[in-house]
Amino acid sequence: MAKGSIKDRLIYAAMWLALAAPLPIVLVPALTAFNPIEYILRGLGLWGLRLLILGLVITPAARIFNLPVLIRYRRTVGLFAFTYIVLHLLSYVVLDQFFDWNRIFQDILKRPFITIGMGAFLALIPLAVTSTNGMLRRLGPVLWKRLHSLIYLIVPAGLVHYWLMVKADHDSQIVYGAIIAVLLAWRVWDRFQAAQRRKARAAAKAS
Amino acid sequence: MLIRQTPDLTENDVTDKGLYYGRRTFMTAAAALGSTGLLGLDAAQAAPLATVKSPYKVDEELTDPKAIAGYNNFYEFGTDKSDPARYARSLKTRPWTLVVDGLCAKPQRFDIDALMKRFPIEERIYRHRCVEAWSMVVPWNGFPLASLLKVVEPTSAAKFVSFTTLVDPAQMPGQKDDFIKWPYREGLRLDEAMHPLTLLAVGIYGETIPNQNGAPIRLVAPWKYGFKGGKSLVKISLVDKQPQTSWNMINGREYGFYSNVNPEVDHPRWSQATERRIGEFARRKTLPFNGYGPQVASMYSGMDLRKFY
Repeated sequence: MAKGSIKDRLIYAAMWLALAAPLPIVLVPALTAFNPIEYILRGLGLWGLRLLILGLVITPAARIFNLPVLIRYRRTVGLFAFTYIVLHLLSYVVLDQFFDWNRIFQDILKRPFITIGMGAFLALIPLAVTSTNGMLRRLGPVLWKRLHSLIYLIVPAGLVHYWLMVKADHDSQIVYGAIIAVLLAWRVWDRFQAAQRRKARAAAKAS
Repeated sequence: MLIRQTPDLTENDVTDKGLYYGRRTFMTAAAALGSTGLLGLDAAQAAPLATVKSPYKVDEELTDPKAIAGYNNFYEFGTDKSDPARYARSLKTRPWTLVVDGLCAKPQRFDIDALMKRFPIEERIYRHRCVEAWSMVVPWNGFPLASLLKVVEPTSAAKFVSFTTLVDPAQMPGQKDDFIKWPYREGLRLDEAMHPLTLLAVGIYGETIPNQNGAPIRLVAPWKYGFKGGKSLVKISLVDKQPQTSWNMINGREYGFYSNVNPEVDHPRWSQATERRIGEFARRKTLPFNGYGPQVASMYSGMDLRKFY
């Protein structure tokens, strides 16, 4: 992608800037927050979830607005989401628990919201690892696509992780949940439509 | 463990009042508006309190007053911990009446100003442990709940005490949400309520309590999780049955009636073994009964504290 045109490079530069912006958005106020560790931990997790959702927006947007070029930028969004989630996890291990591995394993085993969050993170690793063109080629598009449809489980798991963390008042979780539901429902509908078209074509051929 | 000892701590060491929730800014603004002055207390105004010393204090570093007034839960003003500081200005704390009724010989209504003159206001430096695993050290100003209860003379039928917070969505915008069935209710067993540690706080750091911390009067039971301390109280009732309490009504599995600080009994979603003291990096070990075991543990002897969490 680095070999692309100037316009392409500019687009990528702008994307990187925009996608890196949440880092100072989280870290700068954390400097003066009363509980900076909690602020960083939650901020990074929330931005990870937001970018995962943004990643899910791209395919429907490309299709609906007939802009297939958008698909090219999906990987960058996904890798940034992964980065925020890695930082979120690191801030839990380092800042929040300070390498108290015993406590961390207890948490993973005993606390459903952490179990689910950790599961979602682990499921993201193969997706990040196979995000390169080389891996796509090696796996072949069918297997690659099947592997990457894990994201349809990972994003709802991320939402559940966020939901279960809160004591009461799930307003913001409901909003994120509704967005995710719409994005996933679009895919179900899209696949259904595609199946209908195939059927119609097959029927047309047969007659 | 990081414990900074400050053994020579006195009330005079309690500093930073000027910075405390922007008092000076407010005073200037109030003067510009032609406020009636200190006695016509406005909601956001901090007035100095005359306090007396108390043996009930922990020798630990006090939490920054800005953190006490800027980072707390008071869902009547929103669920974010910065919401109370942001929105509690709309709370009107004068005139204010506290009703004490129920199973007592002399139920009555107390005007807050009269009440604050009736008992000596003590300074009590307590640990404050939130159920969310963060903690502070707060120099409260107040008087024992027992002093007030003695005035109304509980009858022998009284076994529990219930606490009710103000309901007024116009003043408390968080009450427009209904995930809590307002009013916010809390409760104690009568012996807990009569315990000398149990405080009705009317101030912090030698000044009237900020709105966001539960003005004009709130409960403090330092061996229990913070949510047990009902804020902006309008009613205290002596009752014969264990009263319903708000968090228990929302999620009984996570929030019990007793809610004594207990490192052994985890919250279903997180461990209670450690806590983060606001202002510190490393977590501290949480102490049984928040370190008040010697004073309060005997009230629970023979009780299974895993069952009565």
